[in-house]
Amino acid sequence: MSGLLSLLIFTPLVGAIVLLFVPKEKSAVLQWATTFFSGVTFVLSLPLWFHQGFRQNGDFYFREDIDWIPSLGARYSLGVDGIAALLILLTTLLTFISVYCSFTAIQKREKEYYIFLLLLEVGMIGVFCALDFFLFYVFWEVMLVPMYFLIGVWGGPRKLYAAIKFFLYTLFGSVIMLLGIIALYFVNTTGFLWWQGLGNSPTFDILHYHQIASQLPADLQIWLFWAFFLGFAIKVPMFPFHTWLPDAHVEAPTAGSVILAGVLLKMGTYGFVRFSMPMFPDGIQSSATFLGLTTIGWVVLLSIVGIIYGSMVAMVQPDMKKLVAYSSVAHLGFVMLGLFALNNAGVQGGILQMINHGLSTGGLFLLVGIVYERRHTRMIADYGGLSHQMPIYATLFMIILLASIGLPLLNGFIGEFTILVGAFIVNWRWAAWAALGIVLGAAYMLWLYQRVFFGEIKHEENKELQDVNLREILTLAPLIVLCFWIGLYPKPFFEMTAKSTEKIVAANVAAKARAEAPRMATAAPKAAPAGAVAATEAPRGN
Amino acid sequence: MKAETFLPWIPLFPFIGFLINGLLYLVSHSKMGDKDAPKGSHGHGEGHDSHGHDAASHDGHDSHGGGHGHGGHVDIPFKAVHSLVGPIASGLSCLFSLLAILAWWQETGGHHEIVVKLWTWVPAGENLTWFGAKTLEFDVAFRIDPLTALMIGFVSFIGTLIHVYSVGYMGHDEGYGRFFAYLNLFMFSMLVLVLGANLGILFVGWEGVGLCSYLLIGYYYQKDFAADAGKKAFVMNRIGDVGFILGLFACTAMFGTIDFTKMFEAAAKDPGTYAAGGAVTAACIALFIGACGKSAQIPLYVWLPDAMAGPTPVSALIHAATMVTAGVYMVARCNVLFRISHEWAVKTLGENASVFAMLTHDASYVVAVVGGVTAFFAATIGLAQTDIKKVLAYSTVSQLGYMFLGCGSLAFGAGMFHVFTHAWFKACLFLGSGSVIHALSGEQEMTRMGGLKNLVPHTYRTMFISTLAIAGVPFLSGFFSKDAILAETFINGHPILWALAVLTAGLTAFYMFRLVKMTFYGEFRGTKEELAHVHESPATMTIPLWILAGGAIVAGYLGIPKFILGKENAWEKFLEPIFPPLAAGWMPEPHHASHALEWGLMMTSVVVAGIGIALGWAFYSGAYPFATPGKIAGALPGLYRWVRNKYFVDEAYEWLFVDRLIKKFGRFLWEVDARFVDGAVNGSRHLTVGGAHVSSWFDKVFVDGAVNGVANVLQTAWRGHRSLQSGQTQGYALAMTFGIFGLVCIYLILS
Repeated sequence: MSGLLSLLIFTPLVGAIVLLFVPKEKSAVLQWATTFFSGVTFVLSLPLWFHQGFRQNGDFYFREDIDWIPSLGARYSLGVDGIAALLILLTTLLTFISVYCSFTAIQKREKEYYIFLLLLEVGMIGVFCALDFFLFYVFWEVMLVPMYFLIGVWGGPRKLYAAIKFFLYTLFGSVIMLLGIIALYFVNTTGFLWWQGLGNSPTFDILHYHQIASQLPADLQIWLFWAFFLGFAIKVPMFPFHTWLPDAHVEAPTAGSVILAGVLLKMGTYGFVRFSMPMFPDGIQSSATFLGLTTIGWVVLLSIVGIIYGSMVAMVQPDMKKLVAYSSVAHLGFVMLGLFALNNAGVQGGILQMINHGLSTGGLFLLVGIVYERRHTRMIADYGGLSHQMPIYATLFMIILLASIGLPLLNGFIGEFTILVGAFIVNWRWAAWAALGIVLGAAYMLWLYQRVFFGEIKHEENKELQDVNLREILTLAPLIVLCFWIGLYPKPFFEMTAKSTEKIVAANVAAKARAEAPRMATAAPKAAPAGAVAATEAPRGN
Repeated sequence: MKAETFLPWIPLFPFIGFLINGLLYLVSHSKMGDKDAPKGSHGHGEGHDSHGHDAASHDGHDSHGGGHGHGGHVDIPFKAVHSLVGPIASGLSCLFSLLAILAWWQETGGHHEIVVKLWTWVPAGENLTWFGAKTLEFDVAFRIDPLTALMIGFVSFIGTLIHVYSVGYMGHDEGYGRFFAYLNLFMFSMLVLVLGANLGILFVGWEGVGLCSYLLIGYYYQKDFAADAGKKAFVMNRIGDVGFILGLFACTAMFGTIDFTKMFEAAAKDPGTYAAGGAVTAACIALFIGACGKSAQIPLYVWLPDAMAGPTPVSALIHAATMVTAGVYMVARCNVLFRISHEWAVKTLGENASVFAMLTHDASYVVAVVGGVTAFFAATIGLAQTDIKKVLAYSTVSQLGYMFLGCGSLAFGAGMFHVFTHAWFKACLFLGSGSVIHALSGEQEMTRMGGLKNLVPHTYRTMFISTLAIAGVPFLSGFFSKDAILAETFINGHPILWALAVLTAGLTAFYMFRLVKMTFYGEFRGTKEELAHVHESPATMTIPLWILAGGAIVAGYLGIPKFILGKENAWEKFLEPIFPPLAAGWMPEPHHASHALEWGLMMTSVVVAGIGIALGWAFYSGAYPFATPGKIAGALPGLYRWVRNKYFVDEAYEWLFVDRLIKKFGRFLWEVDARFVDGAVNGSRHLTVGGAHVSSWFDKVFVDGAVNGVANVLQTAWRGHRSLQSGQTQGYALAMTFGIFGLVCIYLILS
């Protein structure tokens, strides 16, 4: 089945090219052609789910490897493991849904809109498939352009501000990351600044860098970690790099918000999983501190601040989309906390929570889009009492909302639960602080629900509202089914990611041992029992 | 058939009922359809508006009866389906509970549990826990043991009764199907809660009942106070849930599993390891915070009285008989941990430790203190409430306090016994109050009742029986269970809490008789039209009342103490398997009390209850406004104001947490976000753009200036040379000659 990934990447591209030849006033043809191409892409991605290799080991499958720019060592190298496969499935599904939900929402420049949507899919799938830094970076940047236009052309009143902010902010992070990539490239060959080269032949091969991780000096790894961190953290977005997100979400059309929340944010967390964590384990586990906190300490601190801060700010938002946007900051804080617990539970939970967030937040944006189309306002105060008028809509909203606040038997719970188990085992305080986010999450979401759905209908316009139609139910149905599936029987999802996770965790455990080795050596006489006790005493000693 | 075949069906039936009721409701109430359809085509348009109007007129109360006027808007066939599906779903689960219990009894003789693993839920891989690397795996699994058998038995039975009652009570409500959908979903969650074989599944049910509670409290969602109360309940519960889930994590970190059997086995075998450093105590306290949320204990009790905004059957089922006792159930379930925590505290602190030291070391001590104080505190508030459901709500909080007092005194059997008896009489009291409210078309104020004794005879008699039971009158159920708790409290070393609890028993008797007197005796204090309207409820409502009243009489005979009968307490014997023995040296020394002491304790509580009844009877005789209580209130206006306003706790919470912490602080952070965090981003933009302007200026003035300057200089300098370009060949030849001469000279000199 090699060639599948190329097929996945280029099917939407072919679709975009085909659309070029469709006359722009044939709106139905445009819509259905895009649906067709995104649908085909989704169907083509399904074999990833059924591939047994992901469940047996953490290797990369569906490999393709062709020389691209030999003088640089850049290759057209593709391949996925279970983690990337899950995210690709999420991407193809959400793109398909986004196309389907745009039929009535987009009225102007439809042709360009659908072309950009398909191009965006090319970039997103490419990022998850690339196993070559050069190729990865190309896709990473390619993705920005269509999203820039989606926000800038089809967005709300402040669309230009939001689009430019989104573009420049992420580009800024990417460039710093690019510097990191270049540094890595040179350390691998001839050396960089005062760090000696490893003398390997020049390459951008990501798997090669996974292998040489332990050969890179820890101090270099710390620098590289933070260079990559900036690129990814802006994308996630982590506190305090999150402010582009509410603007972009509020201004973007529904489909843009769905993809932005569902997939684009996952690029950042995926970056940590694919690059930072396996490539710089010594940097992550280093005992070196800055202002009293280690690398992990800083990342965890920002994650927890993101959870609580995001929730608090979400609480007071008057605009539904902004509220959901800030809730994303909180949710992604959970993901980051799980990832940097750096044990199997935490990382697995973090990865699953990426999927969960894509489903539930994607669903919330779809739902907000449904009433926005009817009333052309996103202000919470303009609604109220909708439960009576739109009972099915209210029910669907409730289900997605419950998934988002982590009610058991729905997907969000499984993710948060596993993350918190992982975090608690490492340091119970992390879990205790993060758990505050659970309370706040329930508070702001239920308050939102109350103001939109409960009470009397206060505005005359809302008395005319129609309940959801079949097409709208169909756009939400797959998300709801998946929410329940993951909530009830998440095992197949965990199996997809378990083996890759084990590798990442093992690399970090080894690095931790390396970091602690010199300290152990100096404290040799009492080291052995102290180490054993530390594991048991530390979590509850104080 | 084996017990494990039946177990999964017990919660499944209500769930199927939920799906049927819910989908039917949506189908019958939605105005979905293609967008071209004319609005209101489904025929419900008018109904909605009139209901809205009606609901508003009943602001402040459970608006039952508000729907009387427009019952015709409910589609009859749908209504019939809902009336059947709801109770049948619950009834089937009752039947299957019974079958499961019988099968389990046959297989094990009631001595040990049967566990059914349905599927692996969360496989979290191998992780380094506090005690070494363990493979963490959380299963979807059910179990049946004495405790579960007890719970599924009475939950499904009382649940079914309340379903039947609701057919009559909610008959006129527009959201009939929605109500039954929620009620079925609640049954599902509650049964999952008690059937769960590990803390995770328990938590599934725990959150599920919380959700249903939210939905049902906010059932009349058009009214703000109902929606507010629902949200308050959910958020308060979530605060508790954080405690619960942290306790769950602590168990995971300690034992590497949350399966009850494995966890308790490990703990009982090696208590020293797990108790060291207070780990077990911390886990227990965290779990107990969860219990405080669910079972409405201080400081998380304030949601329960507000929960009375929901329809009365909901108050009976969820907020009296079943859900709120989930906390007690959980503590009893984890008794091994609480016992270990207690023994560890005794071991580390010695017998004569200070209260403060005990509170920080002994989780069961915390449970006892919180329970005892809550019981007293809530009872005092109950003294001055005039809303019939509010009185019962505070009474419930108070009785839950008793149950925790029992568990905290390590008398988990007694605590569970009170859970059981309380379910009967409190459900009966709530349903009875619902019947009264039904009769008065939605009136809940006792100040506007009175003299209903002969108008609603069945309601009166059943409520009276239950009042006697809750007041602790001998030979009724409440007497046995309450006395068991009081005796154990005293014997297990909490004399002060015992005194408080006895006092509470007196208060309980007082305010319950106050309720009965104000409702059923004296003159009717409402209007003539209301009086003309008063009617006894239909049989669907009175039959459940009588069954519950019967339970209130006989339920206590399951646990007659040994010192009366000479035979072993059947209740304690039945529950024995859930209290596995701990490792040597960790079993508490059994406290033996003499028969004389036990009789004495019992007599004390009977006398105090008698005083309470007598005072209640005497104070509230005669016409309203009742003279004696009025005088007392007049003599102590400050105290009365505090009690009447529930010590202003709600207001304090509202001010501190909702207003300051959430809203104000949230706004503040939003300001920070806009001004500083985003300000930095925009600032960098301005800096960049500003820098660009400076660059642009620099570029124009200096860089380009330099270029142009050079050009200008050259232009000026060379202007003079223009004359040289004359076009005259001779001149050029001359210049060339000079040039060649010069070059030759330079060459000669240099070489």
